[in-house]
Amino acid sequence: MAQNIPADLKYTKSHEWVRVEGDVVVIGITDHAQDSLGDIVYLDLPEAGRVLAKEDTFGEVESVKAVSELYSPVSGEVVEANTGIQDSTEVVNTDPYEGGWLIKVRLSDPSEVEALLSAEEYGAVADAEGH
Amino acid sequence: MSKDTREPLIFDVSRPGRVAANLLPKCDVPYQSPSELLGAESLREKLPLPEVSELDVVRHFTHLSQRNYSIDAGFYPLGSCTMKYNPKINEKTAGLPGFAALHPLQPQETVQGALELIYELQKMLAEICGMKATTLQPSAGAHGELLAMMMVQAYHAERGDTQRNIVVIPDSAHGTNPASAARCGFKVKGIPSNEKGCTDLAGLEKALEGGNVAALMLTNPNTVGLFESDIQQICQMVHDAGGLVYCDGANMNAMLGLTRPGDMGFDVMHFNLHKTFSTPHGGGGPGCGAVSVQANLEPYLPVPTVEKEGDTFRWKFDNSKSVGKVHSFYGAFLIAVRAYTYILSLGKEGLRSASENALINANYIRARLADYYDVAYNAPICMHEVVFSANRQKREGDVRAMDISKRLMDYGFHPPTNYFPLIVPEALMIEPTETESKQTIDSFIEAMIAIAKETQENPEIVRTAPHTTLVSRLDETMAVKNLDLRYAPLFEE
Repeated sequence: MAQNIPADLKYTKSHEWVRVEGDVVVIGITDHAQDSLGDIVYLDLPEAGRVLAKEDTFGEVESVKAVSELYSPVSGEVVEANTGIQDSTEVVNTDPYEGGWLIKVRLSDPSEVEALLSAEEYGAVADAEGH
Repeated sequence: MSKDTREPLIFDVSRPGRVAANLLPKCDVPYQSPSELLGAESLREKLPLPEVSELDVVRHFTHLSQRNYSIDAGFYPLGSCTMKYNPKINEKTAGLPGFAALHPLQPQETVQGALELIYELQKMLAEICGMKATTLQPSAGAHGELLAMMMVQAYHAERGDTQRNIVVIPDSAHGTNPASAARCGFKVKGIPSNEKGCTDLAGLEKALEGGNVAALMLTNPNTVGLFESDIQQICQMVHDAGGLVYCDGANMNAMLGLTRPGDMGFDVMHFNLHKTFSTPHGGGGPGCGAVSVQANLEPYLPVPTVEKEGDTFRWKFDNSKSVGKVHSFYGAFLIAVRAYTYILSLGKEGLRSASENALINANYIRARLADYYDVAYNAPICMHEVVFSANRQKREGDVRAMDISKRLMDYGFHPPTNYFPLIVPEALMIEPTETESKQTIDSFIEAMIAIAKETQENPEIVRTAPHTTLVSRLDETMAVKNLDLRYAPLFEE
């Protein structure tokens, strides 16, 4: 099945996407991730101000199948969480790259972004899982 | 759905003044007014208990039982759950008045047979898994995991090794493993599986660095249905790092009389008597998740333990190192009676034969369905269960594992386990057990092949299944998001 993997984003092996907006990055989960999880029913998101190291757990996403941890692709401070969608978690399924974003983080080490996967590299990761 | 197929609650059937025949003898205790005994302010004016006839009760509960799918009704290939047939002789022995009518506070000399049964079953389980001692107290597998982690903690504490706060768990584990470790206060460190679906030794080695690992929790055979062939090396690595190794015994049905966790190097394990030893799987209990330990953990077993002195059995409560009691009295005793009956019925050769047939049945399904469904990790052989991925069906017909499971209900089978283990996308985990005939397994295989063909020719019928059940596809998302368990009358008066 064709997966929606926007070329202008960066990705992780654990299925998060990253969009750079100046010194802040927006983070969410990929279309492949939401499709594999199924209907998302609960989101646990961090408070603004929390300081994350790269690969720290920043929250949880619960679907009808499983609870999965969310890993921060970068180091930095959480400046905003998309708490507005916690009562309408289906947005993560229907609009994972725009309305379904999860957190915004102010980068403490911008070079970390370069080390993330490109859309092409992430596509290979998703393919290896059977798409 | 044209007809309302909901079964009313017993409260909905209630009509004022309706009663069953009352054949009780006249009460020989003098009547006392509840308001005098409790105070009028403590009494409710209305107590809406159902008022029904005997026939109302019989029909209501018969209807409910007819809606239940059970192993007595059909094939139940629910992976990881070992839904084998529970021989009726187990119920016969558990119902003997000498067992069923005991009081847990009876003097020990009047319950010598019961104590002997507990003592003997504990020894049998220890022998089966190659360990030193066993407790029957835990109520179920996860309770056994928790007890094991408590004993691991006590073991390290006695050695002053209190910095050991990490439990290592592979990413294929049952979700109860990290939950049990976390409940005990440990930090959980996950390790990946390798390309064969087994524990990645490099990942384990990295996780063991730093000397803070209290234990590794490992399921063998693992949840992909594969035997961890590096198990001796794995146990050695953890022991060399000062940790202990726990075996999740959920998959013990693959190993009876063939190999023993104790011989592989495990320090402690749990059994699910309801899986391996044919006691009832029951909505929450009573159950027994017996735990066996090597000599190093024996001092920490829960009290009381049963001791044998000459021909006499007695409870032993005094053990200062014990982690204490984890169950009221002595665990679910009548479950122990059933497991004891099963072990004696089959005997040493019979238990081995049970596991051998469980292995053959699973491999037969794997071999016959391998052309139709992707076998997880392309495993050339499996243990007592086989994990398929519905990736091919998802790609070809947008049919998911869940759809295939629902469609199996139309063919008269209980669905297999879905979406577990988490490391296999679109997982379908099938465990036939040893108690099914070749004819039953063949008809299940034919249904799976038919569904694979439907996926190509008419995927819609699979995506919208089930079509023949009383209730069609449930809205699981709504059930999670708008859970409502309050009683509301089904029919207006």
